[in-house]
Amino acid sequence: MNNPLYQKNIISIADLSRSDLELILQTAHSLKQTPQPELLKNKVIASCFFEASTRTRLSFETAVQRLGGSVIGFDSGGNTSLAQKGETLADSVKIIASYADAFFMRHPQEGAARLASEFTSIPVINGGDGSNQHPTQTLLDLFTIYETQATLDNLNIAFVGDLKYGRTVHSLAQALSLFNCNFYFISPEALAMPDYILEELKERNINFSLHSSIEDVVDDLDILYMTRVQKERFDETEYQHMKSAFLLNADMLNNVRDNLKVLHPLPRIDEINIDVDETPYAYYFQQAQNGVFARQALLALLLTNHFQANA
Amino acid sequence: MQKKLQVEAIEQGSVIDHIPAQQGVKILKFFKFTQTKEKITIGLNLATHNGESKDLIKIENTFFNDQQANQLALFAPNATINQIKDFKVVNKFQVQLPSSFIGVLACPNSNCISHNEPVQTRFYVLQKNTLKLKCHYCEKSFERGTFDELD
Repeated sequence: MNNPLYQKNIISIADLSRSDLELILQTAHSLKQTPQPELLKNKVIASCFFEASTRTRLSFETAVQRLGGSVIGFDSGGNTSLAQKGETLADSVKIIASYADAFFMRHPQEGAARLASEFTSIPVINGGDGSNQHPTQTLLDLFTIYETQATLDNLNIAFVGDLKYGRTVHSLAQALSLFNCNFYFISPEALAMPDYILEELKERNINFSLHSSIEDVVDDLDILYMTRVQKERFDETEYQHMKSAFLLNADMLNNVRDNLKVLHPLPRIDEINIDVDETPYAYYFQQAQNGVFARQALLALLLTNHFQANA
Repeated sequence: MQKKLQVEAIEQGSVIDHIPAQQGVKILKFFKFTQTKEKITIGLNLATHNGESKDLIKIENTFFNDQQANQLALFAPNATINQIKDFKVVNKFQVQLPSSFIGVLACPNSNCISHNEPVQTRFYVLQKNTLKLKCHYCEKSFERGTFDELD
């Protein structure tokens, strides 16, 4: 059977249907269980970072190499002719894409990946476009939730921290809304989930509630998704006063469900105390490792038409 | 007397009626009517029977195609266009808001890639009543009032 993602672009999580997401998660699971070190043999993948990123780039390039492909590209846009000679992104993409079989990119401007996909016929994977989308992060988050809960349906999921500016939580909430999860949004008022996301959830009849402390809901959760509250958005007194409500430590996990997992897109600063690392609920380091499998799954599906995931 | 001025006939051309007050001049500029040699009559802040104000534009020897009529909806979602031939209204229709606008508006997001690249802007209509539009590239949504038109 042909796979529906063959030669497609991965630009925005909203472009993917529930069945597309399930196919990607099954493929990631399969590749984690059964490595395919020759799948991308003789394939060249462009890894173009017009803006620096450490984890996403290393995770993606590892994914290519674990599948037997090779990588060309650059890790900072500052050295490219685009930056130095004023070449348009459209021209850069046309040239680079003529060398490669797929194009993975991060760019500081919103819409860059969508635009790139219009100037090449090879698949483009968005590794982050400004404050807009970061779909491979969302896919690794979904994969981690699926892996730890054995389902994505009807879960109780809390998002904690900066819910206003965090594109990660926006995309993940949008994707999970396809699976009828219950959401708990826990943030300082100034960093609350934007209205447009709440409106979308209402339109989809998704249950959600707003809270001002983790302890209000932690005992009912399947997933606790932590993010960093950026200190620079508050003055020092205000920050010290409110941060304790959004910090997690091991004592708060005494009565939680056995299946609870704590996730975080990393880097963490102090929002997850290191004593949580030793609990059975900590899963953020495995989550980061899952980025390699989620990205392998995309490469496998975009570049091989008949790849069969082992269910 | 005022009513007579508003409906003064033209031999051939278009009459755009039911334009919200303040939008008439924007429409002239957008369609580059300020550069045409055709005879144009404009009425600004004209009284309507329900007590509100409206603008009105009459332009000779000029007709709107469907795409132009749809673009008019950006400024005047309830406008009507009367096509005049031999001093008679031969066709009268209300503008229809299209599902998208291509190459018409600049993205209000200054960090949107569409500003620097050889592409036409594209916006999808999310909400017709408040005229909320979503950028094809940066995926951000904006209400009509935040947009500038492209030159």
